[in-house]
Amino acid sequence: MTTTEYNDLTELTGTAFVPRVAKDRILARKEFVSDQEVRWCPGCGDYAILAAFQSFLPELGIAPENIVVVSGIGCSSRFPYYVESYGMHSIHGRAPSIATGIATAREDLSVWVMTGDGDALAIGGNHFIHALRRNVNLNIVMFNNEIYGLTKGQYSPTSPVGTVSKSTPFGSVDHPFNPIRLALGADATFVARTMASDRQHLTETLRRAALHRGGSFVEVLQNCVIFNDGTFDDLKSEDHLLRMEPGQPLISGDRCIVRDPVRGLVVVPTSAVDPATIVKHDPAHANPGVAFALASIEGADSHDLVPIGIFRDIVQPTYDDAVREQIRTFSEAAGGDPTDADLAALLAGRNTWTVAP
Amino acid sequence: MTTEIKKVNRIAVRFSGDSGDGMQLTGERFTADTALHGNDLATLPNYPSEIRAPQGTVLGVSNFQLQFGDHDIFTPGDNPDVLVAMNPAALKANGKEVRPGGHIIVDIDTFNPRALEKLGWKQDPLEDGTFGDYHIHRVPLTSMTLNALAEFDMSKKDKERSKNMFALGLLSWMFSHSLDGTRTFLKTKFAKKPTVMQANLAALEAGWTYGENTEIFGVRYEVAKAPMAPGVYRNITGNTATAYGLVVAAHKAGLQLVLGSYPITPATDILHTLSALKRYNVMTLQMEDEIAGIGAAVGASFAGKLGVTTTSGPGMCLKSEFMGLAVMTEIPLVIVDVQRGGPSTGLPTKTEQADLLQALYGRHGESPLGVIAAQSPADCLMAAYEACAMAIKYRHPVILLTDGYLGNGSEPLLVPTMDDFPAIAPNFATKPNAVNAKGEPAFHPYRRDPETLARPWAIPGTPGLQHRLGGLEKLDGAGSISHDPANHDRMTRLRAEKVKRMVNDVPDLEVIDPDGDADLLILGWGSSYGPVTAACRNLRQQGVKVAQAHLRWINPLPRNTGEVLRAYKRVVVPEMNLGQLSKVLRAEFLVDIVSVTSVRGLPFAVPEIMHLINAHVDELNLEHEVSEEDEK
Repeated sequence: MTTTEYNDLTELTGTAFVPRVAKDRILARKEFVSDQEVRWCPGCGDYAILAAFQSFLPELGIAPENIVVVSGIGCSSRFPYYVESYGMHSIHGRAPSIATGIATAREDLSVWVMTGDGDALAIGGNHFIHALRRNVNLNIVMFNNEIYGLTKGQYSPTSPVGTVSKSTPFGSVDHPFNPIRLALGADATFVARTMASDRQHLTETLRRAALHRGGSFVEVLQNCVIFNDGTFDDLKSEDHLLRMEPGQPLISGDRCIVRDPVRGLVVVPTSAVDPATIVKHDPAHANPGVAFALASIEGADSHDLVPIGIFRDIVQPTYDDAVREQIRTFSEAAGGDPTDADLAALLAGRNTWTVAP
Repeated sequence: MTTEIKKVNRIAVRFSGDSGDGMQLTGERFTADTALHGNDLATLPNYPSEIRAPQGTVLGVSNFQLQFGDHDIFTPGDNPDVLVAMNPAALKANGKEVRPGGHIIVDIDTFNPRALEKLGWKQDPLEDGTFGDYHIHRVPLTSMTLNALAEFDMSKKDKERSKNMFALGLLSWMFSHSLDGTRTFLKTKFAKKPTVMQANLAALEAGWTYGENTEIFGVRYEVAKAPMAPGVYRNITGNTATAYGLVVAAHKAGLQLVLGSYPITPATDILHTLSALKRYNVMTLQMEDEIAGIGAAVGASFAGKLGVTTTSGPGMCLKSEFMGLAVMTEIPLVIVDVQRGGPSTGLPTKTEQADLLQALYGRHGESPLGVIAAQSPADCLMAAYEACAMAIKYRHPVILLTDGYLGNGSEPLLVPTMDDFPAIAPNFATKPNAVNAKGEPAFHPYRRDPETLARPWAIPGTPGLQHRLGGLEKLDGAGSISHDPANHDRMTRLRAEKVKRMVNDVPDLEVIDPDGDADLLILGWGSSYGPVTAACRNLRQQGVKVAQAHLRWINPLPRNTGEVLRAYKRVVVPEMNLGQLSKVLRAEFLVDIVSVTSVRGLPFAVPEIMHLINAHVDELNLEHEVSEEDEK
């Protein structure tokens, strides 16, 4: 197996055509903080995500006016109000469609969709998969707390079977989505998982998402203190996390990942295998099957061994670049922007007749 | 051989065949030739919703009708004078609609016992007197086409495909049309398939020659040129005109046109047309569903483009939540609804005007937006333009209503020049318009223009004007989230008032009442313009006094609407729904409108409207006499 060097692949970054601030202008975190009072519940994981986002934005060298944050409905979707940038708090589940319009119409903007598990995967499931399979140059950050918070505590499409909630007093009976596998199934070109509780990892993941040209999907495991408190408590122990680093062997505590000819990627005690056989992480692998297998390892869905990091990061042509390129090609071939005379010729068409005065 | 050439004022021709017989193409070609000949005309394609419905059945019949004449033609005609029936099913579906005494041309090769039996005809209807009132012309269309193509190295099936060109050649002879236009068309269309091109050309010539050499018709027709305003003309369908209106508006405004859409009959042709116009800086995004279509358009408008979405029927329902967002965020957006028969899937390929109340009111909350309805295929150009201009000026969504009849129908368009379109200025905000609590410059996204009440359109990339829009109610002016009761009341009234002020850009309602003393006003909207105008004109020629007015802007209504309605003893409103405009007018003006409705999936027939007008005029005359009696 070959591990592809990370930087070789980033031909064009996600913000390649976004203007940079003047070299002598140092951007500060506070420039990305709006004057709106933040109104999440005390202790909500969303605060950490907002803080990480606002802190890393200056690194991009992009002024607030060239950043657009779009959201749907839900606790997470209040996010745009708190970021000093252009933004839209839109309607439930539809943010990816709005963001597709923005990102395709304007290559000079860095476009972010902030969403939650209900917004992205239930009411907005269709837009979510289509934005990813089109590979539009935008970033979807999904706050996954496995519950509906804003409507006060119903189970969500990521709640495990048996979740007791206001709408499932005897336990939910429907099977949840694994967001990573859903995104991979849609052929997403950048798929990552991180945690609101790990500021450093969260920041690094957002940074990688911004760099990626194409659709980036970041699942952020985030605790809802009111309606689903402690759902990710297992993950406070490193023993339950599989930290995936490009080029590094996949090892967590005394467990590791090896290839089994029949069962694919399996979790085994590290002491029981030859270290050379431990699978090295390769998010640039063209086949999404490897990433899918990682997202499906034993214990991943039960929080016994949850992979975090970048599952997939590959370079593929983006939808918006291709759409603009077609227009540019035809425009250049025709000699630039259409003139009044060009429009007049279009209106007249090829079959005209003249009525003399 | 000499054939009598009969001069007629107008004639209606219907082409009919299996949906795979190429009737739409034949009709379109015949239309183009008619237009080049200098006649005024109107067309109506009428086809099944199935792509290839079972062959030889009435369900699978596809029609194309056009009416052309030496004077203003407002409709495609009701009962055709000439029917071309490519098979028995086409005859069964249309035969009885032909004007008694009219011509029916059948492909006699298709009239075999099995085909007749399939349609429930036990005897040959051509022989048993079923069509005794008509001139039946038995033309061996299929075999003559095969003969003409005998030398071609093609399968029999492929050769038969050219029989529509044979029919077109025959009709071209019958109406003294030149074949040149179609020759050029075939040469371009099949440039890469020379055999197919040659076969079609041969079939076309053979059809003409057949007419010339047989005495089957005994007559040819000639329709003189219609007197039309001087200028350059083209034939155009409503959907093409709509697409071009959007493109010209974006061009005049200096904005890129971004269409977010999803295929749906009968609106899809607008998407097709626009997706080929990349050279004109048109961006088309075929999205995953109707909702995403308008979503992408909203995103594009937010980003500073002219966002447009196009749809029909159920697509309108799916878009309504987004329309609410566009009303709340007050961004320019145009929604084109090519209305079709409903509810639900309804009659996808048939026409109706039953989305009016949905357009006006079909969203939750107080959610007013602009509504304009095009009145004819060519008018779709200007109506689309006006919708864009209004949306941009007032920073508000506008719905353009057309319908299947307008979208697919065609008529000549006097090609406008760019100067005929009024200027559109997007006037993006570039500077802060307020100060914050600290006295620093700030941007208030809901600080309105005092005249139009439009809010500033500040697009991403503009330094210092960062702001957040959204579906939540916003504080008047500053635009932060506000749940304040008084603020919501004020914002609701401001949005309504802004849409009302669009009236400053709506021309007054014009009344056509040549004598100025009619008691009866016929008020139409949208696509009833053609039949209503034709009916009024016909009746005036007979001495009947009737006034006509036609609404294009329906929200807001022209300023003088109430005054016009109250000036007549009786106002009759014909609509292809169950009385939706009538309801609005009664509620708005307390005028006792007489509502006349029809929802057959077809436009009003001219005689239907004439009959209606006559009945009301008679009643009004009677009332008049009675009241004079009373006075005595």
